[in-house]
Amino acid sequence: MNTLQSREKWQGALYSFVLVIIVWQAVAMLLKIPIIPTPTAVFINLLQIFQSRMEIHLLYSLGRIIAGIAISILLGVSLGLLMGYFSRIDRILSPLIYFTYPVPKIALLPIVMLLFGLGEASKLIMIVLIVVFQIIITARDAVKNIPQEIFRSLQSLGASRWQIFKEIIIPASLPEVLTATRLALGTAVSILFFTETFGTEYGMGYFIMDAWMRVNYLDMYAGIVVLSFLGFCLFSILDVAEKYFCSWR
Amino acid sequence: MITIKDLSVKYGDQDKSVPVLDHINIEIGKGEIYTFIGPSGCGKSTFLYVLSGILRDYEGLVLVDGRPVDPKRQRIGLILQNYGLLPWKNVRQNIILGVKIKGQPREEEYFTYILKQLGIEQLLDRYPKELSGGQQQRVAIARAFLLKPDILLMDEPFSALDAINREEMQALFLKIWQEHNVTTVFITHSVDEALYLGSKIIVFSDAPGKILGVYDNPCFQLDNLRCRDEYYNMSMQLRKILDKG
Repeated sequence: MNTLQSREKWQGALYSFVLVIIVWQAVAMLLKIPIIPTPTAVFINLLQIFQSRMEIHLLYSLGRIIAGIAISILLGVSLGLLMGYFSRIDRILSPLIYFTYPVPKIALLPIVMLLFGLGEASKLIMIVLIVVFQIIITARDAVKNIPQEIFRSLQSLGASRWQIFKEIIIPASLPEVLTATRLALGTAVSILFFTETFGTEYGMGYFIMDAWMRVNYLDMYAGIVVLSFLGFCLFSILDVAEKYFCSWR
Repeated sequence: MITIKDLSVKYGDQDKSVPVLDHINIEIGKGEIYTFIGPSGCGKSTFLYVLSGILRDYEGLVLVDGRPVDPKRQRIGLILQNYGLLPWKNVRQNIILGVKIKGQPREEEYFTYILKQLGIEQLLDRYPKELSGGQQQRVAIARAFLLKPDILLMDEPFSALDAINREEMQALFLKIWQEHNVTTVFITHSVDEALYLGSKIIVFSDAPGKILGVYDNPCFQLDNLRCRDEYYNMSMQLRKILDKG
Protein backbone atom coordinates (compact mmCIF):
# COMPACT_ATOMS: atom_id res chain seq x y z
CA MET A 1 0.00 0.00 0.00
CA ASN A 2 2.71 2.44 1.07
CA THR A 3 5.07 1.66 -1.78
CA LEU A 4 2.18 1.99 -4.20
CA GLN A 5 1.30 5.38 -2.75
CA SER A 6 4.85 6.65 -2.97
CA ARG A 7 5.22 5.37 -6.52
CA GLU A 8 2.01 7.18 -7.48
CA LYS A 9 3.40 10.30 -5.85
CA TRP A 10 6.62 10.19 -7.84
CA GLN A 11 4.64 9.50 -11.00
CA GLY A 12 2.57 12.60 -10.24
CA ALA A 13 5.72 14.65 -9.82
CA LEU A 14 7.02 13.40 -13.15
CA TYR A 15 3.75 14.22 -14.95
CA SER A 16 3.68 17.76 -13.60
CA PHE A 17 7.31 18.28 -14.54
CA VAL A 18 6.60 17.10 -18.10
CA LEU A 19 3.55 19.38 -18.24
CA VAL A 20 5.62 22.44 -17.25
CA ILE A 21 8.21 21.59 -19.90
CA ILE A 22 5.54 21.21 -22.61
CA VAL A 23 3.88 24.55 -21.78
CA TRP A 24 7.27 26.27 -21.59
CA GLN A 25 8.33 24.79 -24.92
CA ALA A 26 5.05 25.83 -26.52
CA VAL A 27 5.32 29.43 -25.26
CA ALA A 28 8.97 29.65 -26.37
CA MET A 29 8.12 28.33 -29.84
CA LEU A 30 5.13 30.65 -30.22
CA LEU A 31 6.83 33.88 -29.09
CA LYS A 32 10.33 33.27 -30.42
CA ILE A 33 11.95 36.04 -28.34
CA PRO A 34 15.32 35.76 -26.56
CA ILE A 35 13.79 36.49 -23.12
CA ILE A 36 11.97 33.14 -23.28
CA PRO A 37 14.48 30.53 -24.42
CA THR A 38 13.41 26.91 -25.02
CA PRO A 39 13.73 24.47 -22.13
CA THR A 40 16.20 22.32 -24.05
CA ALA A 41 18.55 25.27 -24.49
CA VAL A 42 18.25 26.10 -20.78
CA PHE A 43 18.89 22.52 -19.64
CA ILE A 44 21.89 22.10 -21.95
CA ASN A 45 23.29 25.38 -20.58
CA LEU A 46 22.56 24.19 -17.03
CA LEU A 47 24.57 21.02 -17.61
CA GLN A 48 27.48 23.06 -18.96
CA ILE A 49 27.65 25.67 -16.20
CA PHE A 50 26.44 23.74 -13.14
CA GLN A 51 29.74 22.38 -11.91
CA SER A 52 31.93 25.23 -13.01
CA ARG A 53 29.83 28.25 -12.07
CA MET A 54 26.62 27.39 -10.24
CA GLU A 55 27.37 24.78 -7.62
CA ILE A 56 28.94 27.19 -5.15
CA HIS A 57 25.92 29.51 -5.33
CA LEU A 58 23.56 26.63 -4.72
CA LEU A 59 25.56 25.48 -1.68
CA TYR A 60 25.52 28.99 -0.19
CA SER A 61 21.75 29.29 -0.65
CA LEU A 62 21.12 25.84 0.71
CA GLY A 63 23.21 26.58 3.79
CA ARG A 64 21.33 29.84 4.44
CA ILE A 65 17.91 28.23 4.06
CA ILE A 66 18.73 25.32 6.31
CA ALA A 67 20.30 27.55 8.95
CA GLY A 68 17.43 30.06 8.76
CA ILE A 69 14.73 27.39 9.02
CA ALA A 70 16.60 25.55 11.78
CA ILE A 71 16.96 28.68 13.91
CA SER A 72 13.31 29.62 13.27
CA ILE A 73 12.08 26.17 14.28
CA LEU A 74 14.26 26.01 17.37
CA LEU A 75 13.12 29.44 18.49
CA GLY A 76 9.53 29.29 17.25
CA VAL A 77 8.68 25.79 18.39
CA SER A 78 10.12 26.15 21.86
CA LEU A 79 8.41 29.52 22.38
CA GLY A 80 5.14 28.29 20.87
CA LEU A 81 5.03 25.09 22.92
CA LEU A 82 5.79 26.98 26.13
CA MET A 83 3.08 29.52 25.33
CA GLY A 84 0.61 26.75 24.59
CA TYR A 85 1.38 24.85 27.77
CA PHE A 86 1.81 27.68 30.30
CA SER A 87 -1.04 30.15 29.99
CA ARG A 88 0.90 32.73 32.02
CA ILE A 89 3.67 32.84 29.43
CA ASP A 90 1.00 33.03 26.73
CA ARG A 91 -0.69 35.99 28.39
CA ILE A 92 2.58 37.94 28.45
CA LEU A 93 3.98 37.00 25.05
CA SER A 94 0.88 36.80 22.85
CA PRO A 95 0.20 40.56 22.76
CA LEU A 96 3.88 41.13 22.00
CA ILE A 97 3.68 38.73 19.09
CA TYR A 98 0.43 40.19 17.78
CA PHE A 99 2.09 43.61 17.87
CA THR A 100 5.25 42.62 16.03
CA TYR A 101 3.88 40.03 13.60
CA PRO A 102 2.24 42.57 11.25
CA VAL A 103 5.32 44.86 11.11
CA PRO A 104 6.62 44.68 7.52
CA LYS A 105 9.98 43.09 8.23
CA ILE A 106 11.46 44.07 4.87
CA ALA A 107 11.18 47.65 6.11
CA LEU A 108 13.53 46.68 8.93
CA LEU A 109 16.16 45.54 6.46
CA PRO A 110 18.25 48.76 6.60
CA ILE A 111 18.28 48.65 10.40
CA VAL A 112 19.24 44.99 10.46
CA MET A 113 22.00 45.70 7.96
CA LEU A 114 23.28 48.63 9.98
CA LEU A 115 23.32 46.60 13.19
CA PHE A 116 24.55 43.29 11.86
CA GLY A 117 26.44 44.25 8.74
CA LEU A 118 25.98 43.08 5.19
CA GLY A 119 27.13 39.52 5.81
CA GLU A 120 25.49 36.23 6.65
CA ALA A 121 24.05 37.35 10.00
CA SER A 122 21.66 39.91 8.57
CA LYS A 123 20.47 37.47 5.90
CA LEU A 124 19.66 34.85 8.49
CA ILE A 125 18.04 37.41 10.78
CA MET A 126 15.74 38.51 7.98
CA ILE A 127 14.64 34.93 7.30
CA VAL A 128 14.08 34.23 10.99
CA LEU A 129 12.26 37.52 11.58
CA ILE A 130 9.76 36.80 8.82
CA VAL A 131 9.30 33.07 9.30
CA VAL A 132 9.39 32.61 13.06
CA PHE A 133 6.00 34.14 13.83
CA GLN A 134 3.88 31.67 11.92
CA ILE A 135 5.81 28.83 13.56
CA ILE A 136 5.26 30.28 17.05
CA ILE A 137 1.53 30.74 16.53
CA THR A 138 1.03 27.33 14.91
CA ALA A 139 2.94 25.54 17.68
CA ARG A 140 1.05 27.42 20.39
CA ASP A 141 -2.37 26.66 18.89
CA ALA A 142 -1.41 23.03 18.31
CA VAL A 143 -0.77 22.64 22.03
CA LYS A 144 -3.94 24.48 22.98
CA ASN A 145 -6.00 22.23 20.74
CA ILE A 146 -4.90 19.01 22.44
CA PRO A 147 -8.07 17.65 24.07
CA GLN A 148 -7.96 17.66 27.88
CA GLU A 149 -8.82 13.95 28.02
CA ILE A 150 -5.48 13.10 26.42
CA PHE A 151 -3.76 14.36 29.59
CA ARG A 152 -5.89 12.36 32.03
CA SER A 153 -4.06 9.06 31.97
CA LEU A 154 -0.67 10.67 32.44
CA GLN A 155 -1.95 12.91 35.21
CA SER A 156 -3.34 9.91 37.06
CA LEU A 157 0.08 8.30 36.76
CA GLY A 158 1.59 11.29 38.51
CA ALA A 159 3.67 12.29 35.48
CA SER A 160 5.97 15.27 35.90
CA ARG A 161 5.62 18.36 33.74
CA TRP A 162 8.61 17.30 31.69
CA GLN A 163 7.17 13.82 31.15
CA ILE A 164 3.89 15.33 29.96
CA PHE A 165 5.86 17.62 27.68
CA LYS A 166 7.84 14.74 26.24
CA GLU A 167 5.06 12.16 25.94
CA ILE A 168 2.16 14.41 24.91
CA ILE A 169 2.95 18.02 24.00
CA ILE A 170 5.78 17.37 21.55
CA PRO A 171 4.33 14.38 19.65
CA ALA A 172 0.83 15.86 19.56
CA SER A 173 1.99 19.14 18.04
CA LEU A 174 4.52 17.64 15.62
CA PRO A 175 2.20 17.30 12.60
CA GLU A 176 1.17 20.95 12.81
CA VAL A 177 4.75 22.05 13.35
CA LEU A 178 5.72 20.20 10.17
CA THR A 179 2.94 21.99 8.28
CA ALA A 180 4.19 25.32 9.60
CA THR A 181 7.71 24.37 8.53
CA ARG A 182 6.45 23.66 5.04
CA LEU A 183 4.84 27.10 4.84
CA ALA A 184 7.95 28.67 6.31
CA LEU A 185 10.14 26.95 3.73
CA GLY A 186 8.29 28.53 0.82
CA THR A 187 8.53 31.95 2.43
CA ALA A 188 12.18 31.44 3.35
CA VAL A 189 13.18 30.70 -0.25
CA SER A 190 11.58 33.90 -1.50
CA ILE A 191 13.13 36.03 1.27
CA LEU A 192 16.45 34.39 0.59
CA PHE A 193 16.30 35.45 -3.04
CA PHE A 194 15.63 39.00 -1.96
CA THR A 195 18.44 39.16 0.60
CA GLU A 196 20.93 37.59 -1.74
CA THR A 197 20.62 40.42 -4.23
CA PHE A 198 22.92 42.62 -2.14
CA GLY A 199 25.94 42.33 0.10
CA THR A 200 27.09 39.01 -1.29
CA GLU A 201 28.63 37.45 -4.36
CA TYR A 202 27.36 33.98 -3.62
CA GLY A 203 23.90 32.49 -3.59
CA MET A 204 21.22 31.66 -6.14
CA GLY A 205 19.65 35.09 -5.69
CA TYR A 206 22.93 36.73 -6.64
CA PHE A 207 23.44 34.32 -9.53
CA ILE A 208 20.01 34.98 -11.05
CA MET A 209 20.20 38.76 -10.63
CA ASP A 210 23.72 38.79 -12.03
CA ALA A 211 22.66 36.80 -15.10
CA TRP A 212 19.74 39.20 -15.51
CA MET A 213 22.02 42.24 -15.44
CA ARG A 214 24.32 40.60 -17.97
CA VAL A 215 21.26 39.88 -20.17
CA ASN A 216 22.26 36.22 -20.09
CA TYR A 217 18.78 34.71 -20.12
CA LEU A 218 20.01 31.13 -20.44
CA ASP A 219 21.93 31.47 -17.17
CA MET A 220 19.02 33.26 -15.53
CA TYR A 221 16.54 30.53 -16.38
CA ALA A 222 19.03 27.86 -15.38
CA GLY A 223 19.23 29.57 -11.98
CA ILE A 224 15.46 29.72 -11.66
CA VAL A 225 15.14 26.04 -12.56
CA VAL A 226 17.73 25.11 -9.94
CA LEU A 227 16.03 27.24 -7.30
CA SER A 228 12.70 25.55 -8.03
CA PHE A 229 14.33 22.16 -7.88
CA LEU A 230 15.91 23.06 -4.55
CA GLY A 231 12.47 23.94 -3.19
CA PHE A 232 11.05 20.68 -4.53
CA CYS A 233 13.78 18.64 -2.84
CA LEU A 234 13.34 20.39 0.50
CA PHE A 235 9.56 19.94 0.41
CA SER A 236 10.02 16.27 -0.45
CA ILE A 237 12.34 15.82 2.52
CA LEU A 238 9.66 17.29 4.77
CA ASP A 239 7.06 14.93 3.30
CA VAL A 240 9.29 11.96 4.02
CA ALA A 241 9.90 13.23 7.57
CA GLU A 242 6.17 13.56 8.13
CA LYS A 243 5.55 10.05 6.89
CA TYR A 244 8.18 8.73 9.26
CA PHE A 245 7.30 10.71 12.38
CA CYS A 246 3.53 10.92 11.98
CA SER A 247 2.74 7.43 10.72
CA TRP A 248 0.26 7.11 13.58
CA ARG A 249 -2.11 9.58 11.90
CA MET B 1 -8.51 0.57 51.07
CA ILE B 2 -10.08 3.85 50.03
CA THR B 3 -11.56 6.10 52.73
CA ILE B 4 -13.66 9.08 51.77
CA LYS B 5 -14.94 11.49 54.41
CA ASP B 6 -17.19 14.47 53.75
CA LEU B 7 -16.04 14.89 50.17
CA SER B 8 -17.59 17.92 48.48
CA VAL B 9 -16.68 19.43 45.13
CA LYS B 10 -17.86 22.71 43.66
CA TYR B 11 -17.28 24.02 40.16
CA GLY B 12 -16.99 27.66 39.17
CA ASP B 13 -16.09 30.86 41.03
CA GLN B 14 -16.62 31.36 44.72
CA ASP B 15 -19.74 33.52 44.43
CA LYS B 16 -21.32 31.55 41.60
CA SER B 17 -20.23 28.04 42.47
CA VAL B 18 -22.25 24.99 41.53
CA PRO B 19 -22.05 22.01 43.91
CA VAL B 20 -21.22 18.80 42.06
CA LEU B 21 -20.57 16.38 44.90
CA ASP B 22 -22.23 16.81 48.28
CA HIS B 23 -20.70 15.29 51.42
CA ILE B 24 -19.77 11.86 50.16
CA ASN B 25 -18.84 9.35 52.87
CA ILE B 26 -17.77 5.88 52.00
CA GLU B 27 -15.18 3.26 52.69
CA ILE B 28 -14.07 0.79 50.03
CA GLY B 29 -12.45 -2.31 51.44
CA LYS B 30 -9.14 -3.63 50.16
CA GLY B 31 -9.49 -5.95 47.20
CA GLU B 32 -13.14 -5.12 46.67
CA ILE B 33 -14.89 -3.86 43.59
CA TYR B 34 -17.60 -1.27 44.08
CA THR B 35 -19.84 -0.15 41.27
CA PHE B 36 -21.18 3.38 41.37
CA ILE B 37 -24.38 4.03 39.50
CA GLY B 38 -26.37 7.19 39.00
CA PRO B 39 -28.04 9.41 36.43
CA SER B 40 -25.80 11.26 33.96
CA GLY B 41 -24.49 14.55 35.26
CA CYS B 42 -24.60 13.38 38.88
CA GLY B 43 -20.87 13.92 39.38
CA LYS B 44 -19.69 10.33 38.99
CA SER B 45 -16.82 11.30 36.74
CA THR B 46 -15.88 14.18 39.03
CA PHE B 47 -15.77 11.66 41.87
CA LEU B 48 -13.32 9.59 39.86
CA TYR B 49 -11.15 12.59 38.99
CA VAL B 50 -10.83 13.33 42.70
CA LEU B 51 -9.83 9.73 43.43
CA SER B 52 -7.26 9.74 40.63
CA GLY B 53 -5.64 12.93 41.87
CA ILE B 54 -6.45 14.85 38.70
CA LEU B 55 -8.91 17.15 40.47
CA ARG B 56 -7.32 18.60 43.59
CA ASP B 57 -9.80 21.33 44.40
CA TYR B 58 -12.09 19.54 46.83
CA GLU B 59 -13.17 19.63 50.47
CA GLY B 60 -13.02 16.64 52.74
CA LEU B 61 -10.70 13.71 53.10
CA VAL B 62 -9.70 11.18 50.44
CA LEU B 63 -7.32 8.50 51.70
CA VAL B 64 -5.82 5.54 49.89
CA ASP B 65 -4.41 3.01 52.36
CA GLY B 66 -4.41 5.71 55.02
CA ARG B 67 -2.58 8.35 52.98
CA PRO B 68 -3.98 11.31 51.09
CA VAL B 69 -4.41 10.48 47.44
CA ASP B 70 -1.33 11.45 45.44
CA PRO B 71 -0.72 10.05 41.94
CA LYS B 72 3.02 10.63 42.33
CA ARG B 73 3.27 8.28 45.30
CA GLN B 74 0.47 5.82 44.69
CA ARG B 75 -0.03 3.62 41.69
CA ILE B 76 -3.39 4.50 40.24
CA GLY B 77 -4.79 2.59 37.29
CA LEU B 78 -7.26 4.71 35.35
CA ILE B 79 -9.42 3.31 32.57
CA LEU B 80 -11.66 5.74 30.77
CA GLN B 81 -14.58 5.53 28.41
CA ASN B 82 -12.47 6.86 25.53
CA TYR B 83 -9.68 4.42 26.49
CA GLY B 84 -7.08 7.15 27.21
CA LEU B 85 -4.51 5.78 24.77
CA LEU B 86 -1.98 8.11 23.18
CA PRO B 87 -2.62 7.98 19.41
CA TRP B 88 1.07 8.49 18.52
CA LYS B 89 2.22 5.47 20.49
CA ASN B 90 1.74 1.95 19.28
CA VAL B 91 0.17 -0.72 21.45
CA ARG B 92 3.45 -1.80 23.04
CA GLN B 93 4.45 1.77 23.90
CA ASN B 94 0.98 2.55 25.25
CA ILE B 95 0.98 -0.49 27.51
CA ILE B 96 4.39 0.18 29.02
CA LEU B 97 3.70 3.90 29.37
CA GLY B 98 2.42 3.41 32.92
CA VAL B 99 5.46 1.58 34.26
CA LYS B 100 7.72 3.91 32.27
CA ILE B 101 6.26 7.03 33.90
CA LYS B 102 6.43 5.37 37.29
CA GLY B 103 10.01 4.27 36.72
CA GLN B 104 9.09 0.72 37.70
CA PRO B 105 11.18 -2.13 36.33
CA ARG B 106 9.52 -3.84 33.41
CA GLU B 107 8.69 -7.45 34.15
CA GLU B 108 8.88 -9.16 30.80
CA GLU B 109 7.15 -12.35 31.93
CA TYR B 110 4.23 -10.57 33.54
CA PHE B 111 3.94 -8.34 30.45
CA THR B 112 3.57 -11.35 28.15
CA TYR B 113 1.17 -12.99 30.59
CA ILE B 114 -1.17 -9.99 30.66
CA LEU B 115 -1.03 -9.67 26.87
CA LYS B 116 -1.97 -13.30 26.48
CA GLN B 117 -4.83 -13.03 28.96
CA LEU B 118 -6.25 -10.10 27.04
CA GLY B 119 -5.53 -11.67 23.65
CA ILE B 120 -3.64 -8.70 22.25
CA GLU B 121 -0.18 -10.19 21.76
CA GLN B 122 -0.59 -9.91 17.98
CA LEU B 123 -1.37 -6.20 18.06
CA LEU B 124 1.80 -4.81 19.63
CA ASP B 125 2.97 -2.83 16.61
CA ARG B 126 -0.37 -1.31 15.70
CA TYR B 127 -1.47 2.24 16.44
CA PRO B 128 -4.73 2.94 18.31
CA LYS B 129 -6.53 4.17 15.19
CA GLU B 130 -5.96 0.74 13.64
CA LEU B 131 -7.80 -1.00 16.50
CA SER B 132 -11.47 -1.55 17.22
CA GLY B 133 -13.00 -0.06 20.36
CA GLY B 134 -12.87 -3.38 22.14
CA GLN B 135 -9.21 -3.87 21.26
CA GLN B 136 -8.35 -0.37 22.45
CA GLN B 137 -10.04 -1.05 25.77
CA ARG B 138 -8.05 -4.28 26.14
CA VAL B 139 -4.87 -2.25 25.67
CA ALA B 140 -6.00 0.24 28.33
CA ILE B 141 -6.75 -2.61 30.73
CA ALA B 142 -3.36 -4.17 30.02
CA ARG B 143 -1.67 -0.87 30.81
CA ALA B 144 -3.53 -0.56 34.10
CA PHE B 145 -2.82 -4.11 35.28
CA LEU B 146 0.83 -4.06 34.20
CA LEU B 147 1.22 -1.20 36.66
CA LYS B 148 0.14 -3.47 39.54
CA PRO B 149 -2.00 -0.62 40.80
CA ASP B 150 -2.91 0.15 44.43
CA ILE B 151 -6.35 1.15 43.21
CA LEU B 152 -8.13 0.77 39.91
CA LEU B 153 -10.53 3.45 38.71
CA MET B 154 -12.85 2.84 35.80
CA ASP B 155 -15.15 5.42 34.25
CA GLU B 156 -17.81 3.72 32.12
CA PRO B 157 -15.09 1.77 30.35
CA PHE B 158 -17.38 -0.43 28.29
CA SER B 159 -20.19 1.96 27.43
CA ALA B 160 -18.81 2.83 24.00
CA LEU B 161 -18.77 -0.82 22.94
CA ASP B 162 -21.59 -2.67 21.21
CA ALA B 163 -23.65 -5.08 23.31
CA ILE B 164 -21.85 -8.30 22.34
CA ASN B 165 -18.39 -6.84 22.77
CA ARG B 166 -19.46 -5.26 26.06
CA GLU B 167 -20.54 -8.54 27.68
CA GLU B 168 -17.39 -10.24 26.46
CA MET B 169 -15.23 -7.48 27.90
CA GLN B 170 -17.11 -7.51 31.21
CA ALA B 171 -16.52 -11.23 31.58
CA LEU B 172 -12.86 -10.91 30.59
CA PHE B 173 -12.31 -8.01 32.95
CA LEU B 174 -13.93 -9.87 35.86
CA LYS B 175 -11.75 -12.88 35.21
CA ILE B 176 -8.55 -10.85 35.28
CA TRP B 177 -9.72 -8.80 38.22
CA GLN B 178 -10.37 -11.93 40.30
CA GLU B 179 -6.77 -12.95 39.82
CA HIS B 180 -5.35 -9.62 40.96
CA ASN B 181 -7.95 -8.46 43.45
CA VAL B 182 -7.27 -4.76 43.09
CA THR B 183 -9.41 -2.31 45.06
CA THR B 184 -11.62 -1.02 42.29
CA VAL B 185 -14.06 1.83 41.76
CA PHE B 186 -16.21 1.12 38.74
CA ILE B 187 -18.50 3.82 37.45
CA THR B 188 -21.41 2.93 35.23
CA HIS B 189 -24.85 4.07 34.21
CA SER B 190 -26.04 0.55 33.48
CA VAL B 191 -27.90 -1.37 36.19
CA ASP B 192 -26.93 -4.62 34.50
CA GLU B 193 -23.24 -3.77 34.58
CA ALA B 194 -23.41 -2.63 38.22
CA LEU B 195 -24.98 -5.97 39.20
CA TYR B 196 -22.58 -8.05 37.17
CA LEU B 197 -19.34 -6.42 38.31
CA GLY B 198 -19.88 -4.93 41.76
CA SER B 199 -19.47 -6.66 45.11
CA LYS B 200 -21.25 -3.61 46.46
CA ILE B 201 -23.38 -1.13 44.58
CA ILE B 202 -23.46 2.56 45.45
CA VAL B 203 -26.33 4.61 44.11
CA PHE B 204 -25.75 8.31 43.43
CA SER B 205 -28.51 10.93 43.40
CA ASP B 206 -29.13 13.48 40.69
CA ALA B 207 -26.86 16.58 40.80
CA PRO B 208 -25.38 17.51 43.19
CA GLY B 209 -24.26 13.93 43.69
CA LYS B 210 -25.09 12.39 47.05
CA ILE B 211 -24.96 8.77 48.06
CA LEU B 212 -28.52 7.42 48.18
CA GLY B 213 -27.53 4.01 49.40
CA VAL B 214 -24.89 1.32 49.63
CA TYR B 215 -26.13 -2.15 48.77
CA ASP B 216 -24.56 -5.55 49.14
CA ASN B 217 -24.85 -7.28 45.83
CA PRO B 218 -26.18 -10.84 46.22
CA CYS B 219 -25.57 -11.46 42.54
CA PHE B 220 -21.81 -10.88 42.56
CA GLN B 221 -19.88 -13.80 41.08
CA LEU B 222 -22.95 -16.00 40.60
CA ASP B 223 -23.02 -18.26 37.55
CA ASN B 224 -25.62 -17.61 34.89
CA LEU B 225 -26.37 -14.42 36.69
CA ARG B 226 -28.77 -12.94 34.19
CA CYS B 227 -31.22 -15.88 34.41
CA ARG B 228 -31.58 -15.78 38.18
CA ASP B 229 -34.26 -14.40 40.48
CA GLU B 230 -31.74 -12.53 42.62
CA TYR B 231 -30.64 -10.60 39.55
CA TYR B 232 -34.21 -9.69 38.65
CA ASN B 233 -35.17 -8.63 42.16
CA MET B 234 -32.04 -6.58 42.76
CA SER B 235 -32.34 -4.96 39.39
CA MET B 236 -35.94 -3.90 40.10
CA GLN B 237 -34.92 -2.56 43.49
CA LEU B 238 -32.09 -0.47 42.00
CA ARG B 239 -34.29 0.90 39.25
CA LYS B 240 -36.86 1.99 41.81
CA ILE B 241 -34.23 3.83 43.85
CA LEU B 242 -32.86 5.48 40.73
CA ASP B 243 -36.32 6.54 39.58
CA LYS B 244 -37.15 8.16 42.90
CA GLY B 245 -33.81 9.99 42.83
